[in-house]
Amino acid sequence: MSKVTRFAARDPGPGARVSGFMDHLRAHGFRLGVGETGTALGALAQVEASDPAEARLALKAVCTGCADEIARFDELFDAYWMNAGRVRQKAVPSTGPKKHTRTTREDRQGQSSGQGRAEQPEGARGAGETEAEGTGRMVASELRNLMKKDLRELVSPEDVRRAEQIARQLGQALRDRRSRRRRAAAKGAQVDFRRTIRRSLQTGGEPLRLARRARPDRPVRITALCDVSGSMTLYARPFLAFLSGLMRADSASDAYLFHTRLVRITEALRDDDPLRALNRITLLADGFGGGSKIGANLDQFARTYARNFVDGCSVVIILSDGYDSDAPELIDAALRRLKRRGCRVIWLNPLKGWAGYRPVARGMAAALPHLDLFAAANTLDDLAALEPELARL
Amino acid sequence: MMRDWKTLQARLSDHGYVASDELAMALHIAMTLGRPLLLEGAAGVGKTEVARTLAAVEDTQLIRLQCYEGLDAAQAIYEWNYQRQLLAIRAASEDGQTGAAVEKRIFSEDFLLERPLLKAIRQPKPPVLLIDEIDRADEEFEAYLLEILSDFQITVPELGTIAAVTRPFVILTSNATRDLSDALRRRCIYAHVDYPDRATELAILEKRHPGIEARLAGQIVGFVQSIRREELEKTPGVAEMLDFAAALSGLGINDLTDDPQVLQATLATLLKTQADRAAVPPEVAAKFAGKAA
Repeated sequence: MSKVTRFAARDPGPGARVSGFMDHLRAHGFRLGVGETGTALGALAQVEASDPAEARLALKAVCTGCADEIARFDELFDAYWMNAGRVRQKAVPSTGPKKHTRTTREDRQGQSSGQGRAEQPEGARGAGETEAEGTGRMVASELRNLMKKDLRELVSPEDVRRAEQIARQLGQALRDRRSRRRRAAAKGAQVDFRRTIRRSLQTGGEPLRLARRARPDRPVRITALCDVSGSMTLYARPFLAFLSGLMRADSASDAYLFHTRLVRITEALRDDDPLRALNRITLLADGFGGGSKIGANLDQFARTYARNFVDGCSVVIILSDGYDSDAPELIDAALRRLKRRGCRVIWLNPLKGWAGYRPVARGMAAALPHLDLFAAANTLDDLAALEPELARL
Repeated sequence: MMRDWKTLQARLSDHGYVASDELAMALHIAMTLGRPLLLEGAAGVGKTEVARTLAAVEDTQLIRLQCYEGLDAAQAIYEWNYQRQLLAIRAASEDGQTGAAVEKRIFSEDFLLERPLLKAIRQPKPPVLLIDEIDRADEEFEAYLLEILSDFQITVPELGTIAAVTRPFVILTSNATRDLSDALRRRCIYAHVDYPDRATELAILEKRHPGIEARLAGQIVGFVQSIRREELEKTPGVAEMLDFAAALSGLGINDLTDDPQVLQATLATLLKTQADRAAVPPEVAAKFAGKAA
């Protein structure tokens, strides 16, 4: 482990450092308010705060809120308190991606200049933090050594707004499923006479509490998986805008990106600021524009996330061209596994819009028997045109 | 007072619960700061057991509220005892009493049925309040819970506001079947409980089945750990591992590799679906047992 960060001599004190750390976490997407800073200081007072291991455990308990944040916390803690950026910096060659990282940092500092940066020391800590921020991302992209694209170049705010609208319509087309039956419900239009009479026995034959019933909504959960491999780069723009719109329009939906890896981007896309959300996915999607492993990713999805988030009320939308570097049997097995959860599967393929297209890509051919709907989607308008078809599902 | 969390960890361990550093620290902070603790993790990693052990450690009462879909305030907080109220009304009308006096009487504490949340805030000694599987309750209930967790007071329209006598220590557990609201997450101290590693699991097994032979214990833990690495529908948790150990020692087995047939039969304690049973055929089980030895 590296040495503890040396703060500059004119550092205002531990309180400011902790609040600087909270700011650091916030910049990395942790949902922390002012209250948490107080809690963190309170927690540190309860432990041996000078012991890094104890401080780490204490801050972890206070600052994290889900498993994903737990996984990222240690790295961020090291970056801020343990000088990690400085140590690892040497190991990383400064090639292409660095330029990009610089821009993000400058952007971010520009945005947040009003948040009390001035009172933070410029010396060791400032350098440590910025370098650390850079390293995490650079290590990842170096390892993959893949072409890296900034999604902000691909998606404009207008796109997001338009996509939001379409996603809302599609969501409604999919989701609005009212049952014809009636079920017992706390607030229902009809009185449930049988229950009311039965229940009146408890209260000595006087129907004190009226039981009611209503037609239950049977909401549909939308889960979208978007392929951002090299062959899909051209089409990624409308799809990402669509995902971003979908996440904003429907709080029960779920989104993932895949190329060589599968990344859950639901949390990132729900960021209040749509552009910052895309910025965050850029970080998650290192390797964007690289090779594709559709089968392996779908399989991973079916085994992990699908267990928690996919059931009989789900619609899984896959946005991909079906060009896969894995064996087609993998796609077949993965979709079979996914279908066993009772969900419906929609595959949107940008190539299908071409005249004379045949699903000959082996991956696509393997997937076809499992699909409930196989449709073209090149642009946002194509997606919007899907509405009647989705309503029929 | 420093190193308190180590003491807590040791005391939990004395009561048979082996807590990781992360968990012990989160518990300690939640207790000292008076915040609720949110525990997440897969089924069977011992989330509920934390609360039970903590109640034993603190020598206090454990009040448990099991959440389910459709849980409402009447089942979670309080309810009027309608039967008794009706009886009281009938009795009163025979005595010739009417009106305000009767009404005042039937809406008094005597006729109030305490449900877990109300009960928890009226204990003379702070209890451990376990709100189990909060993700199963609906969002309305979650919102209501937030209110109670921040004020620790409950308003009964007919009686007025009942303030907490003592603040219960609240533990919430969740299996992540749905995302909890940010507001709830922010109010809680958070800890994620994972499947234990080999050493921890051995420690747990020794705590719970002290009589078990060291070699067999090592085999059992190794076997369960390799089964967890398989792709199963339901990964066996710590509770299943303990059942497995109990089944083996009940059958008087000293070595997992001895009798493949008995081993296959005891797998019933670990693998709970048809597909999972099929995924671990006798040869695979024998291989794991051989490797674990």
